[in-house]
Amino acid sequence: MAANEEALTNVGQATEETGEGTRMGATVNVGQAERWASAIGGGALALYGLTRGSLGGIALALVGAALVQRGATGHCNLYDAMGYSSAEGGGLRNSENVSVPAGRGIKVEKSVTINRPPGELYRFWRNFENLPRFMNHLESVRVTGEGRSHWVAKAPAGRSVEWDAEIYNEKEGEMIAWRTLEGADVDSAGSVHFEQAAGGRGTFVRVVLKYDPPGGKLGALVARLFGESPEQQIVEDLGRFKQLMETGEVATTEGQTSGRSVATKEQTSGRSASAGR
Amino acid sequence: MKALCWYGKTDVRVEDVPDPKILNPRDAVVRITRTAICGSDLHLYDGFIPTMQKGDILGHEFMGEVVETGASVTNLKVGDRVVVPFPIACGECFFCRRGLFSACDNSNPNAWMQEKLYGFSGAGLFGYSHMMGGYAGGQAEYARVPFADVGPVKIPDGLDDEKVLFLSDIFPTGYMAAENCQIQPGDTVAVWGCGPVGLFAIKSAFLLGAERVVAIDRFPERLRLAAESGAITINYTEADVYDELTALTGGIGPDSCIDAVGLEAHGTSIGAIYDKVKTLMFLATDRSTALREAILCCRKGGTVSIPGVYGGLLDKFPFGAAFDKGLTFKMGQTHVQRYLRPLLEHVVRGEIDPSFLITHRMRLEDAPEAYKIFRDKQDDCIKVVLKP
Ligand SMILES: NC(=O)c1ccc[n+]([C@@H]2O[C@H](COP(=O)([O-])OP(=O)(O)OC[C@H]3O[C@@H](n4cnc5c(N)ncnc54)[C@H](O)[C@@H]3O)[C@@H](O)[C@H]2O)c1
Ligand SMILES: [Zn+2]
Ligand SMILES: [Zn+2]
Repeated sequence: MAANEEALTNVGQATEETGEGTRMGATVNVGQAERWASAIGGGALALYGLTRGSLGGIALALVGAALVQRGATGHCNLYDAMGYSSAEGGGLRNSENVSVPAGRGIKVEKSVTINRPPGELYRFWRNFENLPRFMNHLESVRVTGEGRSHWVAKAPAGRSVEWDAEIYNEKEGEMIAWRTLEGADVDSAGSVHFEQAAGGRGTFVRVVLKYDPPGGKLGALVARLFGESPEQQIVEDLGRFKQLMETGEVATTEGQTSGRSVATKEQTSGRSASAGR
Repeated sequence: MKALCWYGKTDVRVEDVPDPKILNPRDAVVRITRTAICGSDLHLYDGFIPTMQKGDILGHEFMGEVVETGASVTNLKVGDRVVVPFPIACGECFFCRRGLFSACDNSNPNAWMQEKLYGFSGAGLFGYSHMMGGYAGGQAEYARVPFADVGPVKIPDGLDDEKVLFLSDIFPTGYMAAENCQIQPGDTVAVWGCGPVGLFAIKSAFLLGAERVVAIDRFPERLRLAAESGAITINYTEADVYDELTALTGGIGPDSCIDAVGLEAHGTSIGAIYDKVKTLMFLATDRSTALREAILCCRKGGTVSIPGVYGGLLDKFPFGAAFDKGLTFKMGQTHVQRYLRPLLEHVVRGEIDPSFLITHRMRLEDAPEAYKIFRDKQDDCIKVVLKP
């Protein structure tokens, strides 16, 4: 068990260290491969090493550590990164177009391939009221006018954060870009791009999100809202978008039975009692 | 309902838990009529697979009767008898469309966990840790079956449960292991492990035209079943496997080698002791005695097919030998959905009776005892079938 404890302590340290690294302005361009090597190599070893002990939480903590570490790479070099290539057709290239000025904020870019035509995906996304179906941190999005919408997102302790956004650029079937309007709790701008994938593989969907976490009292709230790693959040959102578009539903185990939920009389009597043997 | 829940290493208990319900439109709920314990369950039981949580319901080999269907399930109706494949697959993604069902992109709600360890995530699996989706398993009275319009295969009336239950995993797994060998006329196939997977691999290798199959294990009753299926047998505690195999193949080595043992391989060699010590010290995760031996014994340009499960990092892996001999490796979780109908046909036509390896028939309530018997190969146990 000593080995277990040691591994745990090390993990804790790793988390803290990488936690430091996630701060904006942290050293960038540290080889992704290098980070992966340590995340996977070290993480996996510790993870498996711990399998003899009590698992769940420990494993998750570990994965979390790797996640934070990876989050760090997402934060790198925001400033330069803003010259990103997604900007054909407007995008976020010009700082005056963006609610988050160039040189500030955090930028994340992620992509996924979805086995559906670009137009279909575009239409689904263009109705922003659909977004909470796959973006788990969103409570609701209401369209308030042409190109305008009101967003409500979940925040810790049952609270919520709200903002208004506008579509400021779009290209039918190809691209949508939006940004928050004056007075938002979190300044952010995002764009989504739909490109025909090669070899009949459907659509290559790319999302670019930039947000500016304000300091002060909202700082903590915002950090939680986007999770430790906005990059990870977007990867998962895109995964759910893909599930929804390809299969018509989002894979889930939420609400399923387990030994953790003790059966009450009504819960079991329904079927089990009537089931003929 | 009653369900077998995992609480820790070698600690599984039958508990009263809520009945499963439909959570998604493509779900169905099945009343389980037969369920089995798999060698893969032993890796959970022995604590080798991470991301398990106390209270997780185990079991991925099950069949039963449909009792409820989600709004989008039109191919099944209440009362249908079905066998459920252990990987959960959507049928729509890039991988499913290519028949790679266990690589399904859309069925693992915890894909991110696997992405951290493996780079990309495979399909969700029933009752096989949170990293594999965290789905409740089928060693229970009922189970929720996601993508019920893709996975479950309907069983014609008059076919006994025991004859079709193993379509859920081990029969297709043995079959895919043999298919991966791309058997040519005249081929010799060597199979490490004569557990259920190995035994089905042996039968399948013959079905696919192997000239000879050599079966390797240490348990006499398992070797006996292998011999009854037509294999030449080697007890690795009594003979040197490499010497025997080269002698049998005129110095060439088997054309393909199947590792139907996996990460808990047993052994007495220096390498095996080294593995045991290292895994006990948390310095390595998987014990790969059988796989190493398969690589060394395989003929030049041959195929090593690996249905045995590995989860993490291998040590002292003879990659130089594999490289120099130009071996082909084939492996992975079985794409069960791909084999269900063709293999069911074999059963319907009476060409194979998969129930030949059942040694123990027990009640679901006795599952904890059954795990112990199967793990320790007590009482000549080869396969346990549970009846809820
Ligand atoms: N790929 C898949 O989708 C899939 C599906 C089902 C099972 N599996 C895996 O297949 C493996 C076998 O499953 P099973 O149900 O037959 O398990 P099992 O435990 O009943 O059989 C394993 C056999 O291997 C033998 N063995 C152990 N060490 C050996 C060695 N060094 N040389 C030769 N034989 C050795 C054991 O004596 C035993 O008979 C497991 O790893 C299981 O997880 C994989
Ligand atoms: Zn199995
Ligand atoms: Zn799929």
